[in-house]
Amino acid sequence: MERNQQIVKYILFILLLGVQTLPLRANTITVGKNKSVATIKAAIAKAMHGDTVLVYPGMYKEKNLVIDKKIWLIGIDYPTVDGENKYENISIKSPGVLVQGFKVINSGVSSIEDFAGIKIYNTRDVIIRNNKLDNTFFGIYSQYGTNCTFENNEIRAHNLEEQQSGNGIHCWKSDSMRIIGNQISGHRDGIYFEFVTNSLIWRNDSQKNLRYGLHFMFSNHDSYVTNIFKNNGAGVAVMFSHHVKMFNNHFEENWGDAAYGILLKEISDSHIENNRFVKNTIGIYMEGVSRLQMKKNSFERNGWAMKIQASCMDITVSSNNFLGNTFDVGTNGSLVLNTFNGNYWDKYEGYDLNKNHIGDIPYRPVSMYSVIVEKNPPAMMLFRSFMTSLLDKTEKVLPSLTPENLKDIYPLMKPLRL
Amino acid sequence: MKKVIKYVIIDILRNKIMLGYTLFLFILSLSIFSLEDNAAKGLLGLLNIILIIVPLVSLIFSTIYVYNSAEFIELLVSQPLKRKTIWMSLFTGLASSMTLAFLAGAGIPVLIYQSDVTGLMMILIGVLLSVIFVAVALLAAVKTRDKAKGIGAAILLWLYFSLLFDGFILFLLFQFSDYPIEKAMVGVSMLNPIDLGRILILLKMDISAMMGYTGAIFKDFFGTVTGMSLSFLVLVIWIIMPLTLSVRNFKRKDL
Amino acid sequence: MIIANNVSKKFGSLQALNNLSVTCNKGECIALIGPNGSGKTTFIKTILGMVVCDSGFITFNGNNINNNWGYRSGIGYMPQIGRYPENMTIGQVLDMMKDIRKDSATFPLDEDLINRFNLNNLLHKRMRTLSGGTKQKVSAALAFMFNPEVLILDEPTAGLDPVSSEILKEKILLEKSKGKLILISSHILSELDDLVTQVIYMQDGTLCFHKTIEQLQADTGEHKLAKAIAQVMQQ
Repeated sequence: MERNQQIVKYILFILLLGVQTLPLRANTITVGKNKSVATIKAAIAKAMHGDTVLVYPGMYKEKNLVIDKKIWLIGIDYPTVDGENKYENISIKSPGVLVQGFKVINSGVSSIEDFAGIKIYNTRDVIIRNNKLDNTFFGIYSQYGTNCTFENNEIRAHNLEEQQSGNGIHCWKSDSMRIIGNQISGHRDGIYFEFVTNSLIWRNDSQKNLRYGLHFMFSNHDSYVTNIFKNNGAGVAVMFSHHVKMFNNHFEENWGDAAYGILLKEISDSHIENNRFVKNTIGIYMEGVSRLQMKKNSFERNGWAMKIQASCMDITVSSNNFLGNTFDVGTNGSLVLNTFNGNYWDKYEGYDLNKNHIGDIPYRPVSMYSVIVEKNPPAMMLFRSFMTSLLDKTEKVLPSLTPENLKDIYPLMKPLRL
Repeated sequence: MKKVIKYVIIDILRNKIMLGYTLFLFILSLSIFSLEDNAAKGLLGLLNIILIIVPLVSLIFSTIYVYNSAEFIELLVSQPLKRKTIWMSLFTGLASSMTLAFLAGAGIPVLIYQSDVTGLMMILIGVLLSVIFVAVALLAAVKTRDKAKGIGAAILLWLYFSLLFDGFILFLLFQFSDYPIEKAMVGVSMLNPIDLGRILILLKMDISAMMGYTGAIFKDFFGTVTGMSLSFLVLVIWIIMPLTLSVRNFKRKDL
Repeated sequence: MIIANNVSKKFGSLQALNNLSVTCNKGECIALIGPNGSGKTTFIKTILGMVVCDSGFITFNGNNINNNWGYRSGIGYMPQIGRYPENMTIGQVLDMMKDIRKDSATFPLDEDLINRFNLNNLLHKRMRTLSGGTKQKVSAALAFMFNPEVLILDEPTAGLDPVSSEILKEKILLEKSKGKLILISSHILSELDDLVTQVIYMQDGTLCFHKTIEQLQADTGEHKLAKAIAQVMQQ
């Protein structure tokens, strides 16, 4: 909570700064059928540095709108900017631009160029907010953007194939970005980060995207907080990054062969805290992860709460709840360089004689059958049969297949309140 | 036929074992649900009851009942009654009593604590397994004249369906792990009603895990309306087939 | 009425019936006689369809009994050892049989034996608590209850006390006088003297002879059935 408040303060501060830097003698140009200017293009041409362009409702088919000076482009009651499936709707090439309140539809689709509904080219301090993007190839695109804010946009696409679809919010080689409160669905990746640093992804809702709800690569020192990632083709992927903070997010119903609440690959020095993982095929999949703190998360009714490949080390899993998962932990090797202490596991069958709320015997979260299924996936068909329960019980008494060191020495007797 | 069924059911209901079975199921399921803090674990306990205890009791009780009713059957056979009628009445009486016991013993607690799709699927599978194993028991009993041998056969059958078959499958899975045998496994699972029932429940209970690599193949088949109907058809065949065989045997049996 | 034609039955290696051909007609009272294990009970069970013969056939009133069941409504059967569902009371057994046979029975039901054996006082007793004799009484009562045209009695007097035995004999004579076909198998030949009109003698599953009692007496010169049979056996 405290962290959230800090973030809110931070954002308010930025917004206030923006207000204060308004030029004092700014003009307002109105665009509309019976207004002084009929097209947005003409208004932009007419506008001076620091002016505001107010656009009244209507359909504007103006091919590619290029904003190359510092203006505020504000739509009233969502005027529509139509790219006619050929053009990039709005290209921003000047710092300090604001685009607000537009309905941006039908951008061009190309396999060579990344057309977007709204695209930022190598600039800074741009704010894009309260827009509705529908059927755009890429939604909002930042290329070498710095200190930009994308806020409360609604970004929808309806493609069925990954090749036909771009990403909802796409940031490439950008820094200090704020992605806040956007709703994204139907794109290839909901939010895409590549070489993006020092940025915040907060309160977004990314659902039903074809591939990942959030796709995150080579992006360091970023945080994503209080987002919802639900029902995406493959969940969320966070790869080749360090110093990433993942707080308070909700990962739900990411179902499929290669679908994960989060896929972590080559991640280091990061934190995963207070998240909820519900009904995912695999809650968290980790490969080549090191120095990761995983605390106070809740894993509920997942196929596997987590899969930790043997290439991971120094992961601390503590104070989490594991409830109703088919398998708690799956792994592919016997070497364990991670610690799993002080979690609540609903499958724990131990006792607590000294009444300190900590079980007196360790819990082994890797069941024998999860090892068998790992080696031979079709064996899943025998899961929960009499024979496999017998095997699991035997293994509990005499561990032979499951890793000896993978255990929680202080398993909690009662679930944590998270 | 109704007349004979009436007397079979009256006779079974008077049987203390049947009452004990119902109470046993009831107390067990109630305690499972009320002891476990989350209902999912309760369902898991119940799954074991359905997959292990229901077939066992169904098989053993029915087999013993048939042997103990030898006099009754003999009496009926000398009367103007079709043999098929006598046998079908015996089956109907046993099947409906087992179903009734299961519904009262396990069905009511499930409806109280977990009346969702998973719970309903469990009740349905439990009922089908009860009936299937009555039919299998009748076949075992009609095939062997000796009571001890017949009960032995019933226990072996139970062991086969609940343990040996799965062991054999696991063996096959590892023997042929280099081949794409997932689809064949769908077919193989049809050969054991317990496995088939378990997979159908699994697809409701462990849906998240079943969406994974192999699960997906089961999901793609059993999750569809066609696959679902086919599985239930197979379960019904598992009732009809042993029953028809046992009727045919009983018609030729010397008493 | 009942015609057995070349009936054979094997239990494993034991030849229980061997090419047995017999004709039984209405109004006859036939004694089925033979040493232990000669196939008498098997033959009776074959007629009742409880044992299915390997070859040959049996007709009842001209109809093959194979895969037929309705003909049994014309038969009253008293088994050698009456075995009944143990949990049922006498009353329930009687009610059940009435229930099962009510479509084919001739009314009024013949409850003569029930009254004379005083079974009415025992209706609440469970079958498993009954003595062998009482079970026999129930069996006998059931066999006669539905006025069948054929009575098949397998060792009817075994286990009965002399009084009951006498009651049963009187009943058999009464039914005989009504022109029914009665088949009795018994070891106690002296009992059969006043009853039977014909004798079927079996040995090792084969028919030795089927004669009227007069002819048997003429052939052996013995008046008593027991002595006559003894003489036959010595030959």
